[in-house]
Amino acid sequence: MTSLPSSPAPKRLGLVIDLDICVGCHACAVNCKEWNSGGIAAPLTDLDPYGPEPLGVWFNRVHTFEVGEGAASRTVHFPRSCLHCAEPACVTVCPTGASYKRAEDGIVLVNEELCIGCKLCSWACPYGAREYDYDAGVMKKCTLCVDKIYNETLDEIDRVPACVATCPATARHFGDLGDPNSEVSKLVASRGGYDLMPELGYAPTNKYLPPRARRASLEKDTPAELAPAVPAGSGGFLAWVDRLLSG
Amino acid sequence: MHPAFSVIVFTTSSGAGYGLLAWLGILAAIGRLPGDRFFGAVSLALALGAITVGLLSSTFHLGHPERAWRAFSQWRSSWLSREGVVSVATYLPALLFAFGWIALGETDGVWAVFGGVSAFCAVATVACTAMIYQSLKPIQRWSNAWVLPNYLTLAAMTGALWLAALASLFTVSSLFTTIAALATIALGAALKLGYWHHIDNSSSASTAGTATGLGPLGEVRLFEAPHTSENYLMKEMGYRIARKHAAKLRTISLVAGFALPFVLSLAALAFSGSLAAGAGFAAALLSTAGVLVERWLFFAEAKHTVTLFYGAARA
Repeated sequence: MTSLPSSPAPKRLGLVIDLDICVGCHACAVNCKEWNSGGIAAPLTDLDPYGPEPLGVWFNRVHTFEVGEGAASRTVHFPRSCLHCAEPACVTVCPTGASYKRAEDGIVLVNEELCIGCKLCSWACPYGAREYDYDAGVMKKCTLCVDKIYNETLDEIDRVPACVATCPATARHFGDLGDPNSEVSKLVASRGGYDLMPELGYAPTNKYLPPRARRASLEKDTPAELAPAVPAGSGGFLAWVDRLLSG
Repeated sequence: MHPAFSVIVFTTSSGAGYGLLAWLGILAAIGRLPGDRFFGAVSLALALGAITVGLLSSTFHLGHPERAWRAFSQWRSSWLSREGVVSVATYLPALLFAFGWIALGETDGVWAVFGGVSAFCAVATVACTAMIYQSLKPIQRWSNAWVLPNYLTLAAMTGALWLAALASLFTVSSLFTTIAALATIALGAALKLGYWHHIDNSSSASTAGTATGLGPLGEVRLFEAPHTSENYLMKEMGYRIARKHAAKLRTISLVAGFALPFVLSLAALAFSGSLAAGAGFAAALLSTAGVLVERWLFFAEAKHTVTLFYGAARA
């Protein structure tokens, strides 16, 4: 059914992505590809992978933006994946019932057996979360690693999405954003976490944490002065080496 | 948005077909059908043929056309599903209407009711098509109140021109068929110009700043894309058309789709016999071609918010 659940559970699983910490290493995107190439949405087809125009399905893409001007500008790495919205138009536009939002935890999924590959859901998603698999002829998207987070054959510590498990900088957090007392909800509250394109009314579950304000000492236009390698007027071996190299 | 040829052919061809069917149905309902059963056979064959060609064309852009029947299931939430249901449902009253008119030579009583129901279903199908686009919030150039009246009027216009052409071929032209053609051309041109004026003078509330949420920190510019070659999103949603090409195509669409058919329809009034029929068919063909160009532009000029993540400042 592509109508939204009439009585969804309060649980809303999702991600919190810290743009202050992300270093843009793309490990989340790569581990996502690795896990999901064997997961329920497999395969994540790559066409011409070693040719001049590789084209493949990825659920996670890391963009890098430059924000502001001059010395006050900053570089922000921006991982982009499905936000598992509370009002997902990608689900309601689906004509076949292939797209659905789970009532129990809010995860948005595609049943590939029902998908006719009309691509309308990807038009309805403002965030570019859905990528069409040209080879399989069906739409694919982030599953929030639904086949990992509930997998009881894994140790409990590993029951988090692949992107979260692999992030070397701990810039990605996973949890229940419907519970105001969860760790992720507290993090969002304390850091001013926000929605992407709130003006469209999709009410995304995933939240982004903004880059922290800069410390005042870093706001100068010139780099910090370096201490001289050899204190002026000193004698001894270092002064002799300095004279030798300077001469 | 990528202008998919199959979808453009579908909306143009079945738009004209549903338009023609709607006019025939309305004329039957009010007891003013111009021609006999031979006129009925040719005009209904053209209407249903154009509808069928369009619907078949629309399945070509599907990844799994063999599963297309599944699209009838989600009419509660999906305009695409509603379009599928109504488009196929239209065949039932339309074929009964055709049976009465062509096989029995009857167009009144219950057969007129079938005509009226066919017209209603035809209009509803075109409305569903328009709503598929109008309901997509990420595409500001589609998500506005100009889209529905444009689709309805252009379908009515191409339908009216084909009706007028067939009527003059069978020498059953009436004031009604001529006025329907001229009035829908005038209305269609006004609505199309209104749509273009609207999209040229408005912009989406979404920017690179709101898409990333980094707007409060300053101007947001793409520094490095996530991948080196185009992906599905860029191929499907990132289609760009040069402004000067768009301007040229708008002129072509206006001249072929509206101006020439208007002049030819007026000329057909002055002519008689095969000259009038020739002018009528030229008008119908030109307007269909003009709408094809217009439909291509409708896609090519539409911008999707996903481009904000790939370097566009506004959508």
